[in-house]
Amino acid sequence: MILESFRLALQAILRNLLRSFLTVLGIVIGVAAVIAMVTIGQGSSDQVTASVESLGSNVLVLRPGRAMMGPGVSDSAPEFRLADAEALAGLPVVAAAAPVSSTSLTVVYGNSNATTTITGTDTAYLDINSWDVTRGRSFTSAEERAGSAVCLVGETVRQKLFGATDPTGEMIRLKGVACEVVGLLAAKGASSFGMDQDDTVIVPIRMLQRRVTGSTDVANIRVSVAPGVTTDRAIRDIQTLMRERRHVAVGEEDDFSVTDMKEISSMLSGINNVLTGLLSSVAAVSLLVGGIGIMNIMLVSVTERTREIGIRLAVGAETGQVLSQFLIEAMVLSLIGGAIGIALGLLIAFVGAQVMAIPFAPSLGVVALAFVFSALVGVVFGYFPARSAARLDPIEALRHQ
Amino acid sequence: MPPPLIEFRGVSRSYGEGEARVMALDTVDLTIEAGEFVAIMGPSGSGKSTAMNIIGCLDRPTAGHYLFQGADVSNLSRDQRALLRRHYLGFVFQGFNLLARTSALENVELPLIYKGMARTERIAWAEAALEKVGLSGRAGHDPSQLSGGQQQRVAIARALAGDPMVILADEPTGNLDTRRSHEIMELLAQLNRDDGITIVMVTHEEDMATYASRRIDFVDGRIVSDTGARAMEGAA
Ligand SMILES: Nc1ncnc2c1ncn2[C@@H]1O[C@H](COP(=O)(O)OP(=O)(O)OP(=O)(O)O)[C@@H](O)[C@H]1O
Ligand SMILES: [Mg+2]
Repeated sequence: MILESFRLALQAILRNLLRSFLTVLGIVIGVAAVIAMVTIGQGSSDQVTASVESLGSNVLVLRPGRAMMGPGVSDSAPEFRLADAEALAGLPVVAAAAPVSSTSLTVVYGNSNATTTITGTDTAYLDINSWDVTRGRSFTSAEERAGSAVCLVGETVRQKLFGATDPTGEMIRLKGVACEVVGLLAAKGASSFGMDQDDTVIVPIRMLQRRVTGSTDVANIRVSVAPGVTTDRAIRDIQTLMRERRHVAVGEEDDFSVTDMKEISSMLSGINNVLTGLLSSVAAVSLLVGGIGIMNIMLVSVTERTREIGIRLAVGAETGQVLSQFLIEAMVLSLIGGAIGIALGLLIAFVGAQVMAIPFAPSLGVVALAFVFSALVGVVFGYFPARSAARLDPIEALRHQ
Repeated sequence: MPPPLIEFRGVSRSYGEGEARVMALDTVDLTIEAGEFVAIMGPSGSGKSTAMNIIGCLDRPTAGHYLFQGADVSNLSRDQRALLRRHYLGFVFQGFNLLARTSALENVELPLIYKGMARTERIAWAEAALEKVGLSGRAGHDPSQLSGGQQQRVAIARALAGDPMVILADEPTGNLDTRRSHEIMELLAQLNRDDGITIVMVTHEEDMATYASRRIDFVDGRIVSDTGARAMEGAA
């Protein structure tokens, strides 16, 4: 009997396709919006989480100048030197410290060339960022000390320059310096800031300073906190050391900043969650509006179908049967709307994920929830029209034109 | 002797209150036996449809008692009356009242759905009913693809499908031309004669009333003349 009711409901729905379509449009849009928002939000938050995890142990970044001065804004604070990184590495609260300087350059291999970021640093940098060398090897300490012309290439650079060729052992030219590729870096993907981390060539920092930039400046220092040490404690010790090294007078502000990367990432993912929540609630409101749309059109349909209801009552339909007929119709309608909405929402999320280069993260829970919710919308908003249909007086309903 | 099929004991039906009160039916006594073919006549507003609605359990008397097969049904609930209609009564209306965009077959199936009949059985019954009214060839047609006479035949098939004891027809030929009207009347007379279905029909046309075996005239909510059940044998 239940199956029969669903079959009849489907029949009634198909009998007036245009009206049915208009009825479910609101639900389709609402569900699609919710699904797309939640899926895209989940994808980008997955990405932030992944990039937080890829940082490995807690990472701090030291930059010269006061805190919160964006890149390029300098307040004449002295730059770091290699010795600063060495001194930091000697602190018990620090597991590793890597000096980093970088510049943008065109690198040439045979006939191909690519503009990329040349990062001068040392092997501690790879440890701090949990970055592996998948082929070849990392720098030796002798190469680091001597500033030898050796380099590690990122996956993007490998693709651009070498294609199918194994890059290890090949020579590339950076600003006229011939440089041997000793290793290939593991693919890391985009960072939470949307930058392609694989579009880089890493060289020993002394090699960059001497042969490329010609300056002994170190742009920033990356530090990983020793296991079992709190980040706050590490920052305090680092600040004390650096103030001393940079001769900052007592009472004066630090002329450098220490940024906790995890903090930035979790802040990002927090913003991300707030945004997703906000957009999802806007979408949920549109789902509600969709439900009201169903109620409206069902009410209109009850008026339009008054005579049909009269006929059904005349041939012996009980109140409950008319009620359940309209309820089931509303439910089937909104379930169809929900199903279309889910498909559409996933499609939008999939395309969106491709465009924004974030993972496509459909969640079964959300899909199931949307489905249940649309059935609920059907019942809740279908009830009022169904009840008014079931309560009609058969004589008046039959007389209705 | 079994109780009469339909019995009105002082049935009244009033609309409105106080000054505006209208007595659509005024203490009517009426007995219709199973197997009769009754024509109800009378001027507009005389209470014919009101009487039909009460007989058809679509409405309830405001005073008096309506006995169906000897059982007082005047105070049954809405759903109890629906069950009575479902199992004993069939309706034919002036305006056909078929479901639009629904095939003749599906229209005829409608009462069977509420009888809880399985689909295959339903289709067989509906097809048989359509055959009885001479429309087997039109089962798949929509009402919009059928003439008025054909639509009324579908409506009769629908009334028939539920296997009723009584068919109530309120001006069944009101929307049809004379030829079509006679065809419909012949069909009703045949159902009465061959299947023993009791027929109560409202009509404004003398010609149509002659098909019935008994004629009752209403004026102002009262019966003013009744040829009586006796006339049945003579007319047949
Ligand atoms: N729903 C209603 N509300 C108020 N008065 C009504 C209602 N239905 C019928 N009446 C009144 O009851 C009286 C009888 O109406 P009824 O419909 O039974 O007449 P009828 O004999 O069928 O007329 P006709 O030949 O025009 O169909 C009329 O005076 C009508 O105005
Ligand atoms: Mg009337």
